[in-house]
Order: sequence, then structure tokens, then C-alpha cells
Amino acid sequence: MNLTLKIWRQKDGTSKGKMVSYKVSEISEHMSFLEMMDVLNEQLVNSGEEPVAFDHDCREGICGMCSMQINGEPHGPDRGVTTCQLHMRMFKDGDTITIEPFRAKAFPVIKDLVVDRTSFDRIQQAGGFISVNTSGNTQDANSLPIAKQAADEAMDAATCIGCGACVAACKNASAMLFVGAKVSQYALLPQGQVEATQRVLNMVEQMDNEGFGNCTNTGACEIECPKGISLENIARMNREYLKASL
Amino acid sequence: MSILDSKTPEGPLADKWTNYKNQINLVNPANKRNIDVIVVGTGLAGGSAAATLAELGYNVKAYCYQDSPRRAHSIAAQGGINAAKNYQGDGDSTYRLFYDTVKGGDYRSRESNVYRLAEVSANIIDQCVAQGVPFARDYGGLLDNRSFGGVLVSRTFYAKGQTGQQLLLGAYSAMNRQIARGKIEMFNRHEMLDVVKVDGKARGIIARNLITGEIERHSAHAVVIASGGYGNVYYLSTNAMGSNATAAWKIHKKGAFFANPCYTQIHPTCIPRSGDYQSKLTLMSESLRNDGRIWVPKKMEDVLAIREGKLKPTEISEEDRDYYLERRYPAFGNLVPRDVASRAAKERCDAGYGVNKTGEAVYLDFKSAIQRYGEEQAKLHHIHNASQEKITELGAAIVKAKYGNLFQMYEKIVDQDPYKTPMMIYPATHYTMGGVWVDYNLMTTVPGLYCIGEANFSDHGANRLGASALMQGLADGYFVLPYTIGDYLAHEIRTGKISTETPEFIAAEKEVKDKIDFFINNKGQHSVDYYHKKLGKIMWDKVGMARNRKGLTEAMSEIKALREDFWKNVKVPGNANEMNPELEKAGRVADFLELGELFAKDALNREESCGGHFREESVELDGEQKGEAKRNDQEYAYVSAWEYKGEPGDAVLHKEELEFKDIELKQRSYK
Amino acid sequence: MGILTSSIARKVAMALSGLFLVFFLGQHFVINLTSVIAPDTFNSWSHFMGTNGLVQGLLQPVLIFGVIFHFVMGFVLELRNRNARAVNYVSYKGSANSSWASRNMIISGLVILAFLGLHFYDFWVPEIVYKYIESNPEDATRYFPEVVHKFESPIRVGIYVIAFVLLAFHLWHGFSSSLQSIGFNNMYSRALKGFTKFYAIAIPLGFIFIALYHHFNQLSH
Repeated sequence: MNLTLKIWRQKDGTSKGKMVSYKVSEISEHMSFLEMMDVLNEQLVNSGEEPVAFDHDCREGICGMCSMQINGEPHGPDRGVTTCQLHMRMFKDGDTITIEPFRAKAFPVIKDLVVDRTSFDRIQQAGGFISVNTSGNTQDANSLPIAKQAADEAMDAATCIGCGACVAACKNASAMLFVGAKVSQYALLPQGQVEATQRVLNMVEQMDNEGFGNCTNTGACEIECPKGISLENIARMNREYLKASL
Repeated sequence: MSILDSKTPEGPLADKWTNYKNQINLVNPANKRNIDVIVVGTGLAGGSAAATLAELGYNVKAYCYQDSPRRAHSIAAQGGINAAKNYQGDGDSTYRLFYDTVKGGDYRSRESNVYRLAEVSANIIDQCVAQGVPFARDYGGLLDNRSFGGVLVSRTFYAKGQTGQQLLLGAYSAMNRQIARGKIEMFNRHEMLDVVKVDGKARGIIARNLITGEIERHSAHAVVIASGGYGNVYYLSTNAMGSNATAAWKIHKKGAFFANPCYTQIHPTCIPRSGDYQSKLTLMSESLRNDGRIWVPKKMEDVLAIREGKLKPTEISEEDRDYYLERRYPAFGNLVPRDVASRAAKERCDAGYGVNKTGEAVYLDFKSAIQRYGEEQAKLHHIHNASQEKITELGAAIVKAKYGNLFQMYEKIVDQDPYKTPMMIYPATHYTMGGVWVDYNLMTTVPGLYCIGEANFSDHGANRLGASALMQGLADGYFVLPYTIGDYLAHEIRTGKISTETPEFIAAEKEVKDKIDFFINNKGQHSVDYYHKKLGKIMWDKVGMARNRKGLTEAMSEIKALREDFWKNVKVPGNANEMNPELEKAGRVADFLELGELFAKDALNREESCGGHFREESVELDGEQKGEAKRNDQEYAYVSAWEYKGEPGDAVLHKEELEFKDIELKQRSYK
Repeated sequence: MGILTSSIARKVAMALSGLFLVFFLGQHFVINLTSVIAPDTFNSWSHFMGTNGLVQGLLQPVLIFGVIFHFVMGFVLELRNRNARAVNYVSYKGSANSSWASRNMIISGLVILAFLGLHFYDFWVPEIVYKYIESNPEDATRYFPEVVHKFESPIRVGIYVIAFVLLAFHLWHGFSSSLQSIGFNNMYSRALKGFTKFYAIAIPLGFIFIALYHHFNQLSH
């Protein structure tokens, strides 16, 4: 198929960017979206232009590096996938596709479609861990039984890949689904209880300091999340926060 | 006597590590504060090492090329992590894990290292659970296990199909705690481009800031390389797009020997290639082989009808299916080790029985598992005379609970529903057992330079068993390196801060800058990917799943010629002082073009078949094992450690003879 | 300190004030409904509400505070949220993942605020003037005729109808959203969610019905 791509080009963090149109042809429906971008970039390199910079790495939907706003939705129109797993069969011949970086004040653009998501790292550093040293003498793993349901729910929360689609989708650029998932993982497990109070207070404070917006429960994050992280995690974080504050 | 000294401690195998730990030098906590350690790579090995070293009190500087340490490719490991916990009471033990690993590696690994690995494996699970890693549990709230290829016990711990992710996030959280304390200084989006040696010791690195393009000097008292494997030398692999061998290769060029480069794992269950535009291959966890049965049609006319789309695989009757693994290896069936499963798939496809358009795919079928689970569930729920639909529905629900995310991934990529029609799979490059040579301390042949995780060669011999990579990465990072590095650093407490203004740093930086300037200024005709794809094709065709003398010799000269062309005609757009992904790729491919040649040279030297390395000249000619790989213990029971001499083709071979005192060398039989 | 500025505390405050207003709305509706069914009951209840010291001295200020807090906090949050995205998308497809009502609470809220102005002008201000400024004597029968009189103008009735449609949108998202905000999201809340949606439609529809009833009832006389 033949496509028109409208892509955000921005030289670096301080420059102004703009949308630029490109044409690509002979795109197979079996290609992934990023393979289509590879075709465009090969074309640009061969014609002496600078290829479009975009983040990507594992290309199997788990590293969370790829981050494109495609036709107004993070990771494009398909559900339950990252950009790298989005396939061209979701589009048709002659389509015009708009490709932008994930937008949020807390995700400044570095170049073209590449954004800086280290704000997520800093939120984790504020408390997204259990303080246990590596000794080799921690208690036997099975000495602490954990109900299957709690373990499974913790796992569901822990599948977050930190891609930032929740922020990109949210009209308020809120990071609550991401933070809620991390808070929930530890809140659901007995190991996380000791530091629960400080963890949620510190992580929320850091989140606010990074300049993310507030949650207005539109639910866009849950729909666009490639890993299907549930809104229940935000509710759980709210509870944990209230418990910790009172 | 070889110049290689493995420094394996004396004493009985089971006591070596404990005795050794009791005797090594320690660094006083006050002195640790004055010692810097560089860790390159933040996967399971690098991440866990960085966190643990920082906990101990060292000042750690950690580097990764991704935007966050959490994105290292360990995250993509799906199936699980082995540990000799014997929670299932099925007879597992440290010795048995050790034995399985040595046997699985086709007797080409160092006994003492593997035993230590098995010994600390149980600690890993304890540590990870304490960190809050949500491993799968049974209804009693205890940890669940599953079984993996090449073993007869259930010792694999898992977190759905995302075990690597959860373990990496555990290590990442431990790092975060230390970053918050200021004990780890994290350098995201930085790529190490060279190591700096001062007076023969590793004293720092040259790194490029991938956002600004700035070339930076960083010093430390010891350098740890944890940069993963070199599977991307094949262009198409299950590795991440950015996975590269640059750090490992640069230290090789500065004096670290490179061991067994030809040992590469071709993983049997990957989604087949669909076209030339393909940028990477996607792995489906080996755990699928617990429940999936692998087959191709028996009749050639069925194969042709399938390829033309006239016949569906579900329409082929049981007796017309060739479950070739169950036929050839009745004892292990679909759970033979990866190398065996991959070669068997290749054998069927080479014989013309491949089931997709490219002729490179076999079926992985869940129908009988769905049926079996369905019947079991019907009984459990007291549904008598359940209809076939009901049984299928119940069975599919169980399969979904076990492998749901993998099935979803398959469906998104291939656009077929694997609950209804068998999956198509084909082998793909996945893991490299070879790597930088290290001694028992995980130190390379350069003093103060360590190498851990997939980047080193140590524990898997010629073939790695499933769920052992995560085990090794974390064992190295959490429980081995933090001890052994202390033995070296104990001598560094009087060294003081290391200056980056020395001639060695200046020279190394200049070399890096010159190379970058060359790429930017070279106005060639071909993109970096053009060369990478060509290299990948040579590697796959001639240094792939089956290798022979003629092909390997050709591969060496073809790679050399390709490399020479690369240095004349490569084209890199953009500038040096900005984010430039093409420039990053150029440097990595330049290193692959050298490594590939050494890879072929090593494969040519090893005239035996062992593990992932299969030489067509070395097969069993008769008996029960006819056609199977033939190992040659008399001549090749050694580690090939290559010393760099200016050109990959001129590398000099050093042999570390492997001694097996606690295991008898046997032919690996899975019949 | 954190409790005043933190995002979660603010959204919980928003939710609680919203829930309070939802409750008040229900109560208001029940009283209004009597104007259709039994004008005498309407008169006596209205008289009670208008003269009881507790209602006038405590509940009324609390209600006014609740309304003001809810819209001031709404503006504060909206400003911060707009600020959280420095550069806007060229293409943003909110309809793919969220309801119009959820994305436009500020619009429905502003319409409701404007309506409240009118509502105060229509009822509350004359009431205060009647009672406290002109100090007229108590008259337990004046409420019903006043209500009927107000719905004489078709323009006013039209404005009422529009405002209550927007109120329905506001409640459609706001009621269930406030439960989520206070951390109530489990199997019970999912069952309750159906009720919140019913409430969001039924109550505004009821108010519209009352307005139209009085309007058309007058026409027929």
C-alpha cells in the first residue's frame, strides 16, 4: 500500500518543531509499524536526508521504549499493543497517518519523536522499591505464603512497561496509572507493607513535582495501555494515599 | 601450560565456593567509599551488580544506551528462572541442576563455575521474593514451578510469560534505591565506546552521550562489562534492535580474550520470518513446549496444499502428522534441549516439509493440550457428558491462563488465532553462550576488567538450557561478582581518585572521536543497515544452524571483504554532536563485521559438533544415535580463547583445557 | 502541607464535594417533585426549609461553600491539567478512548455554573430579600404560586432544559468518577456504577419534567 505520513520533526530539545509530510510506497500489510518507519528512514538516508529519530528497542512489546502518538492515539488504533507490535494491516492504501511524539510537560522532546521519560525513573527512585539488601540470607521464599489472588493481582499491576502511553493518552497528561500500578504491586504484597505509608506519599509527591496533570477519571489510560493495566490501580493508590495521610 | 589461569579454587567441588569466599580479601566499609566501580549495561547482570556493589558501599557509575535501565533486553525473557529449590519434591538438588547444566551445555563449560551457579540459584529466588517480584503461586500461596527443555524435574520459577521483566524490574528497583541514596550515578542514553587501561589495569571508559553526542571520560578502580550477547551479528535475531557487542568487542581489542564465539543458541520456537523488510524475530517462550506438540505433515502433497492455501492444518488427520520430536526422542519428546529441537526443525524444513510460503516453519499445536485440560476441568467441575465445545472452552481457558500473553502476541503479529489453528514456528538466533573469557572471579585477562552475564562465556558451555540465562545473570550480579571483585579492590584502597587527564584517557578519547568523524565525513553510498543485512545473510547461511569447512572458509573471506567495503562506502547522515541513531548503528555494525569473522574462524577451528555448534563433518554414522551430533572429547574438550592481534583473522588461539572430575563425559542422549 | 497541594488530595476533595452536591440534588428533586404531585406538601416542605434555623443557619452555608469549593477547585485543577501539556497534539483522538462527558467536565460545569447564577437570581435572591431585607411576614402558602409563575416564560424554561441536559452529562461522568477518586473501585462499586448512570439521567430528566409540567400546565389554563 501507499501512504502519506505526517511526522513531527524537531532538531533538538530547544528548537521549534513542525509537521512534515512524507510518502512511502509498497508497504506490506504484514509489516510492523516500525518496519514501515524503517522503510521511510532507509529512503531518507539514501536521498541524503536525516532519518526520523524514534525510540525503539526490543520490538516485541515489552521494553516500553517505543512511543508514538499515531493518528491521535498512543501506539495507534489497535488495542493491547505497543507501536512495535502495531501492524500495517490496521491501515489501508492511501491513508494519511499522523505521527507525533508522546506529549507532556514532564516528557520533553529530545529529537523528532524521541522524548525524555526519566521523570518516570525519578518517581520510582522516590519509593518504588522494597528496602532489602542482597545478602543471600533473606528468608526462604516459601516461608511467606501469598494468596494466589493477591499474587496474581500484584503481577497484573507489575506488567506495566513504563512506556508512558497513559500520560500521552490522558487529556491532562496525568501519570496516575503508571504510579498507581507501581504502588499497587507493593500494596498487594506483604513484603511491601512496611514501607507502604512513606512509599505512596513520596511517589505521589514526586509525580506532582514532575509536572504531570491530575487524574479526572476519563479512563483513556486504561483503554490505551498496551498491557491493560486497570483503573482499579488508581483507586487503590487513592486509598493507600488517604490511609497514609490520615 | 596455557597462559590462561582459571584460578579455580582447590578442594572438593561442593566446598570450593564456600572455602573461597572465606579466604578472599575484603575491603573495609570506610575504604569502599573511596572506590569507584563502572558497570556497563543494566540488564539482569549489570543491574543486580550495580545495586549490590552500591549496597556494599562502593561508588557505582552505571551506563545504559536505553532511556532507562529498566529497558535492557533481559526484560524480554519470558519463560522463567531455574533454581534448585526442590519445592516440588521431585528429586531436584544443587548437584542435579549442576549436572543438567553441564550436560545441557554438552560438556563444554567449566565445572567449578557451573556448580557455583547451581549453589547460589536458590538464593536468587529468596532475594527476588523479598524484593517483591510477583512470581506465580499455587492456591496454597506457595511458589509454583514449571518444567523446561532438557531436564526431568520442575525447577523453573516464573511470573506469567514475563519472568525476565519482573526480575529486571526487581533489580531496577534495587538500583533505584541506590540511585536515590546517591550511591549509583546513572548514565542513561550513554554508550561505552572504549575501555581505558592505565599501567595494564582497566581504569575507565570512554562513553558517548547519545543525546548531545558529547564524548565523555569516566574513571574507576574497576570496570564491569555486562552488555549482553552478540546475537545481532545475524542481523535478524530475537535480540533488541540496540543489542550490540561493542563494549565486549572493544575490550577484546584492548586485551581481553574472547572465548567460544561460535557457540550460539538458535532458539526453536520463534515466529517465522514473513518478508525481507523484517527487522527482528519474535521469540515464543520455550514453556510453550510443555503443552504444545510440534509436527509437520507426513505427506508432501499435504505440505504443498497447505502452502497454496488449499488445506488447513486442522484438516490433516492424526495419522498423517509427523510429530518428529516425539518420534525421534521418545524420552524427552517435545522437551528436548533447544539445539536439538532447532536442528530437528531445520532437518524437516530442509527435507521440504516446511509449512509456510518460505518453507521455513513447523507447527506447534495446542489442540491435544486444550482437550486434555478441558476434560480435566469438566471432571473437576462435575460436568458430566460435557459437549466437545464445552471441553474446548474449558481447556482453552487453562491454556489462556498459562500462555495468554504469548498467544495474544502471536495473534497480533501473525493475524491467526492460535487457540484454533496451530502456531507456526521456526528457529531464530537467540542467545550467545560464547563471550569474553573470564576466570573463576569473572575477571577477564585484563586486570580490573570484569565481564558478567551473557557477555561472558562462562557457564553454559556449548548450549544453554531454558531458564538458565536469568539464573546466570542474577547469580553473577547479586552473588558472585560482589564477592570476587572485593578480592581485587582490596589492593586498590591506597590508589585514590583516578584522573581522567592522563595520556591514556586522552589517547582513547581521540581514537573514539576519530572514528566518529570518519563516519560523519565518509560520503559513501550504502546505509549501515545495507551492510548489517549482508553480514546477517552470510552468518545465517554459512555460520548458522549447520556449518561446514567450505562454508566457514568462504564466510571468513566474505565478511572480510564486506568489512573492507563498509569502511569505504558506508554512509552516515547527520552530525556527531547530536542524537544520531545512524551513527550509533554504524559503530555497532563495524564491530559486528569484525566479530563475525572471528566467529567463523572459531567455528572452523572446532571440528566437532557440540551443543549449538553443529559441524556437518562430525555426525554419528551408525547405531541408535545415527545422524546426531558427534562430539570429540579427545581433541576439543577445551575453551577456545582468542587473543586479538590486529585483524580478526589473525587472532591467536589459547586453550583452557576443561577438566571433568565430578561428571563423567557421556554422549548427550535425549532418546 | 502535602494534603493541600497534592494531586490526590485535591481530587478526593473534588470528589467529596461532588458527592455532597449529588446528595443535595437528590433532596432538592424530591421536594420539587411534590410541586407536581401535591402543592400543599410542597408549600409546607419549602416553608420548613426556608424557615428552619438549622437548615438556614448551617446547611445553607455549607451548601454554598460546597458549591463554591467545587467550582473553584474545578478551575484550579483544570488550569494545572492544561498546563501539564505544554505543546498540544496536532491530532488528538479523545473519542477513541473516553466519553465526551468525561473530557468536557469544565464545559458542562460552566454551563451549570451559569445556570446557578440564574437560579439564584430567580429564587434565592428574592427569597433572601423577602425574608431578611424586607422582613415580610411568614407565609406558608406562597411557594407553589412563585414556582409556577417562574415557569411561565418559555425562554426561561428553555434555559432550564439546556442546563439540565448538561447537568446530566456532568453527572454521567462525575458521580461514578467521584467513587473512583475516593478509592472505591471493586465489585460493589461496579454494581453501584449502574445506579450512578441511572441517577445521572433520571434526576435531570425529572427536573426537566417538572419545569415543562408547570409551563404547559399554565398554558392550558
